[in-house]
Amino acid sequence: MAKKEKVAKVAKTVTAKVAKAAKTVKAAMTDKKNVITPADAKIPAGPLAEKWTNYKTHQKLVNPANKRRLDVIVVGTGLAGASAAASLAELGFNVLNFCIQDSPRRAHSIAAQGGINAAKNYQNDGDSVYRLFYDTIKGGDYRAREANVYRLAEVSNSIIDQCVAQGVPFAREYGGLLDNRSFGGSQVSRTFYAKGQTGQQLLLGAYSALSRQIAKGKVKMYSRYEMLDVVVIEGRARGIIARNLVTGKIERFFGHAVVVGTGGYGNAFFLSTNAIASNGSVALQVYKKGAYFANPCYAQIHPTCIPVHGTFQSKLTLMSESLRNDGRIWVPKKLEDAKALQAGKLKGRDIPEEDRDYYLERRYPAFGNLVPRDVASRAAKERCDAGYGVNATGLAVFLDFSDAIQRLGRDVVAERYGNLFQMYEKIVDENPYENPMMIFPAIHYTMGGIWVDYELQTSIKGLFCIGEANFSDHGANRLGASALMQGLADGYFVLPYTIQNYLADQIQVPRMSTDLPEFEEAEKAVEQKIAKLMAIQGSRSVDSIHRELGLVMWDFVGMGRTAEGLNKALKKIRDIKKLFWSEVFIPGTADDLNIELEKALRLADFIEIGELMALDALNREESCGGHFREEYQTPEGETLRQDDKFSYVSCWKYNGEDIEPTLIKEPLDYEFTERMTRNYKA
Amino acid sequence: MDKTINITLRVWRQAGPKAKGGFQTYKLENVSTDSSFLEMLDILNEKLISERKEPVAFDHDCREGICGMCSLYINGHPHGPDTSITTCQLHMRKFKDGEVITVEPWRSAAFPVIKDLIVDRRAYDKIIQAGGFISVNTGGVPDANSIPIPKAKADEAMDAASCIGCGACAAACKNGSAMLFVAAKVSQLALLPQGRVEAAKRAKAMVAKMDELGFGNCTNTGACAAECPKNVSLSNIARLNREFICAKFQD
Repeated sequence: MAKKEKVAKVAKTVTAKVAKAAKTVKAAMTDKKNVITPADAKIPAGPLAEKWTNYKTHQKLVNPANKRRLDVIVVGTGLAGASAAASLAELGFNVLNFCIQDSPRRAHSIAAQGGINAAKNYQNDGDSVYRLFYDTIKGGDYRAREANVYRLAEVSNSIIDQCVAQGVPFAREYGGLLDNRSFGGSQVSRTFYAKGQTGQQLLLGAYSALSRQIAKGKVKMYSRYEMLDVVVIEGRARGIIARNLVTGKIERFFGHAVVVGTGGYGNAFFLSTNAIASNGSVALQVYKKGAYFANPCYAQIHPTCIPVHGTFQSKLTLMSESLRNDGRIWVPKKLEDAKALQAGKLKGRDIPEEDRDYYLERRYPAFGNLVPRDVASRAAKERCDAGYGVNATGLAVFLDFSDAIQRLGRDVVAERYGNLFQMYEKIVDENPYENPMMIFPAIHYTMGGIWVDYELQTSIKGLFCIGEANFSDHGANRLGASALMQGLADGYFVLPYTIQNYLADQIQVPRMSTDLPEFEEAEKAVEQKIAKLMAIQGSRSVDSIHRELGLVMWDFVGMGRTAEGLNKALKKIRDIKKLFWSEVFIPGTADDLNIELEKALRLADFIEIGELMALDALNREESCGGHFREEYQTPEGETLRQDDKFSYVSCWKYNGEDIEPTLIKEPLDYEFTERMTRNYKA
Repeated sequence: MDKTINITLRVWRQAGPKAKGGFQTYKLENVSTDSSFLEMLDILNEKLISERKEPVAFDHDCREGICGMCSLYINGHPHGPDTSITTCQLHMRKFKDGEVITVEPWRSAAFPVIKDLIVDRRAYDKIIQAGGFISVNTGGVPDANSIPIPKAKADEAMDAASCIGCGACAAACKNGSAMLFVAAKVSQLALLPQGRVEAAKRAKAMVAKMDELGFGNCTNTGACAAECPKNVSLSNIARLNREFICAKFQD
């Protein structure tokens, strides 16, 4: 009883503090110039649950005859890009769709394993749109926009309906209805899945809708094309410059609007769970043309990846979060056992039950192994830093299925996770049915990205940004199974509405010639950049420099950040930039398929993104979600937010080469939810 | 743990679609058996770059066996000697010390070589565009649970849908047939009530497109299913044939 009262009292003071903090933030920000107001962000008025309906009721639309006269460029064919391109074409717009792979079906959304959230409440376990909204806001550590997140939760159900209608073979129960599972950060089962290949199936659904529009001639598909700049005419995005990756030819494309859905920039770390060609170049290009880069330091480190095993390694493989439904995470209780494991003298299965430390269950009894990703990652790092790591490098923990196999039988476990177990065995050469898996955190997703308003429009008119590429809905930490939800929400159900509010004013604008000086200049700048890179002819390969950048990022801008480390990182990154621009060597020529040139162009941008990440992390003197500043933590090692100072979105405005960007703040006002300290213990 | 091997690589090099290609031989020493096949090629490329030579061009992206971007005919097998995996999941522990490894691009009339080991697989996209979809627009669809689907059917559809469109089936086929690829999509959609509506039309359209694009005929040798990295079953081809014949009868 006494404890309960105490908790209530603490909660009360916290609430009072938060309310006070919100007021101070507001006061501090209203009198400054570089502030984005809710009106600037075009957040509709009214109660939370009515905002999106209100918006749709009052927005402008484009009539069918005019849609035919409007061209929209969509860059990227992941969940966001493909669903947007297909949906816009179905509405009647002419769509030009670009991707760097040989086929739109290969975008990296395809690798998402676990599932997609929706507030269907098919399980009758108390789910609702509000609860999905609330879990997402809380999971993001109160650093996301309420209105956007509510809309996301609101449209989530339509996504599932849409995908089933497209023939996505979601997992089903024996009665023929859809099955669900649980993911981190929630206490309901709201995740829909298709084996361990949910991203693949959803992407193939969007790809099939896209293919149908390509066949109809409504989408013109450009595969093996890479966007290298956006063309801005009289303040509006009017086209792109792209390189044909097969011929090396630089080409110009006009669009009445440009939509960017090019994913995240996690590969700044070199080693990540992203695909090798995933990059942040388009984000950086539009940033340099005036779009704000928001919260660049918010990067997600996924707790369950296969650990690093050698210096030649090219990528880290994710083991789906869904494994945490049935797998239990542990390290040995005794240091001598850990040492024996590190030396290869013992195997996980040799350690008796009483000597295992199920540290997530110990520290977070309420959520156990299903705490959010940032919490699970830091807890693994804490144990490994303390010397309890279980592989040769001491940088791994166990994910153990022996309990699940006993409880459910090997067949059920194989049915749920068979493909993941197979993948693990092929890579590590160890059977996870017999010996626990080894996992370690790795860079996985970037919550930060291009700033967009409620309409998903960037600070450049006519330039829209969707999916992981924008900063949008996940705050400082994304919950599992929410990336697929957001990508498809943006592409199927948000952008096709909001873009019309912009395009309705563009119906009088004729198709522009790509001979205009703005196209000419943009193309010339791209060609000069390529020529400069080709001319360096130094002694270092692109990858060798990228690896160097990755190490700096992981050491200083990774799971634990400090002011000292970030300052060091900034210096090191600037040194790497110099090294790159004086020592890189690109063989071959620019007018040919040249993979080293492609990589060099991307690395040049990763270096600048890395710098921006470090700068943003240095500015944000608090810990929230995936951003952990070691100076700001509770005695238990949990994140300590500084709501009075940092309850805002950091929007960085480009000022030119080697000049510090300007920080513009969008204060986050929590009108409808109370900001709490995240608690996954009770 | 840290075992290494020495290998000799015979790699197909071809400067462009119309250039004459040929094998080049490279020796690599102390390759860790824990590295993946593509990491081994990365090491080769780093070596070539350090010798100021052009690296070998090959397709790859996710490096976890799902995007379908990687290809490669290794020692006479699409995706190499191991089963049920793509090239990116193949590890060097599958090779012996001193082994000679031959690496070629997909060999299929419908997949012309672009450069070195990279081929053009857009023919597969064109087959999907011919009918590999359910004709629904965004919005206005019924609730996801309004049509129950027997679990066994849904699971079977999922197995067919696991195709990654890599092209190994056509590359493995002595006739260069894309039947397994077509059958996987036709089966997935024919098994689901949502896809039944257009099943006959779909089967005809996709088969016609496959023939038009220069893929060969199926003679049931089964090489496709044996080499498929995702174990897409040969029974899908039987289902495609049934769908196709029924569709023809309806004409």
